[in-house]
Amino acid sequence: MVDLSVDLCGITIDNPVIPASGTFGYGQEFAKLYDINILGTFSFKGTTWEPRFGNETPRIAECPAGMLNAVGLQNPGVHHVIEHELPELKKIFHKPVMANVSGFSVEQYVKTCELLTKEEQVGWIELNISCPNVHGGGMSFGTDPKAAAEVVSAVKKVVTKPLIVKLTPNVTDIVAIAKACEDAGADGVSLINTLLGLRMDLKTGRPLLANTTGGLSGPAVFPVAVRMVYQVAKAVKIPVVGLGGVTTAEDVLEMQMAGAAAVEVGTANLIDPYACKKIIEDLPAVYEKYGYKSK
Amino acid sequence: MKQSIFTIEKNEPIAAGMYGMTLRGDTSEITAPGQFVNVKLEGLFLRRPISVCDCEGDVLRLIYKVVGHGTAQMAAMQPGQTLDLLTGLGNGYDLSMAGDAPLLIGGGVGVPPLFLLARKLREQGKAVTAVLGFNKAEEIILKDEFQALGCEVRIATLDGSVGTNGFVTDALPEKMSCVYTCGPEPMLKAVYRATACPAQFSFEERMGCGFGACMGCSCKTVTGYKRICTDGPVLVREEILW
Repeated sequence: MVDLSVDLCGITIDNPVIPASGTFGYGQEFAKLYDINILGTFSFKGTTWEPRFGNETPRIAECPAGMLNAVGLQNPGVHHVIEHELPELKKIFHKPVMANVSGFSVEQYVKTCELLTKEEQVGWIELNISCPNVHGGGMSFGTDPKAAAEVVSAVKKVVTKPLIVKLTPNVTDIVAIAKACEDAGADGVSLINTLLGLRMDLKTGRPLLANTTGGLSGPAVFPVAVRMVYQVAKAVKIPVVGLGGVTTAEDVLEMQMAGAAAVEVGTANLIDPYACKKIIEDLPAVYEKYGYKSK
Repeated sequence: MKQSIFTIEKNEPIAAGMYGMTLRGDTSEITAPGQFVNVKLEGLFLRRPISVCDCEGDVLRLIYKVVGHGTAQMAAMQPGQTLDLLTGLGNGYDLSMAGDAPLLIGGGVGVPPLFLLARKLREQGKAVTAVLGFNKAEEIILKDEFQALGCEVRIATLDGSVGTNGFVTDALPEKMSCVYTCGPEPMLKAVYRATACPAQFSFEERMGCGFGACMGCSCKTVTGYKRICTDGPVLVREEILW
């Protein structure tokens, strides 16, 4: 049997496949379809200090080989997640989970992470400094090395779990941001979040999304993601989690060959709810076919 | 929810811009009228949500309006071809609220999901009235089939070519124990205002996944945020913020 396990910031996971935040909720929808314990782990829905409704609808638009979303971090808030979602998750998922956190100020990031790091089931904190769909927070921390370093070092002081910083591709030099996060104490980086996009409605002449812009994801962004993972993995010593348009086991291997320690799968889950299960099942044969050894 | 492959048995135009498709496959997850399926189409990234018109045994019937690339592609499909569907999506209508005089109100392509509901209510021996609204005579669908179920059918057309000249709200009966409705949002709003009895409204929204994962189709309700795809598409009067 092929050993698929990998090390992610000191925690061994059974395989490198991780459903990405925002495409897997808090696990419940997918647990009805398959045993989600087959996953390496998963990154839960981006959680903020306060509950958020997010943006008005329409929030979704389509393009060839991808989609735009402008959900805007809808989530029930960290207190609800700790009191309701995590106890429910514990019943169906028996591995460490990745807690994805977003915020609108350094203080909010710190307060939210401070609570989540104390939760037994939280294995890693994934710090989302890259959401393109909110104003006055999210991505604004991830587009400037100084702002990124400031939030990472503040959060690093309060967390006891490995801190993975999720980066935006909407920058000129993602390597500079990744290095700033590493220097500020990040235990890993994950990339890429979505690429900022816009679609017009031909019938109205206005933007299709209520938020005007949205984040592009899906196979369309895969080569951009592989390029950035490759560049960042060469430049930093901390583990890099690769994501962006990953749809097949071959895509997972390609990300690993580009330097990813583990791989997140996002939009593919929305089109094929069994995507991660299929990828995990396909992975041994793909490794064998290309003579790849994960260790 | 279930993902499975269905085989097309029939696919033909049934009115202006409207097609009827009959498929065979695993319908075991379709448990209530008013649910929908999410259709994967070649070359299009997102699935297309289509309401279930009727479902019996392993036979599934969809009625859809050609509005874009996805439905145009569906209209060109031939018997024998297959479709990848996610089935059993959405909550569907609650039959237990029907009372003795359920009233079904549909507008245009909002009429099909009411058909399975009408059939189920008739099987329970309920006296069902269906008020169906269309733009014009050429767009009328399912009228004879609602009648064949034993429903009292009232038609409203905007151009007055058949039945009441005007909106569905111009053709409402006096007696109603529960309203079940599906159609364009302005129609739903008009029905909301024109009636006072218990009522269930089926909504439409652009969806990412169709099964509750992406939060693409959320709306605000009296009882908090709801996902149209999973907590809906049917909402009851008391939870709607109008």
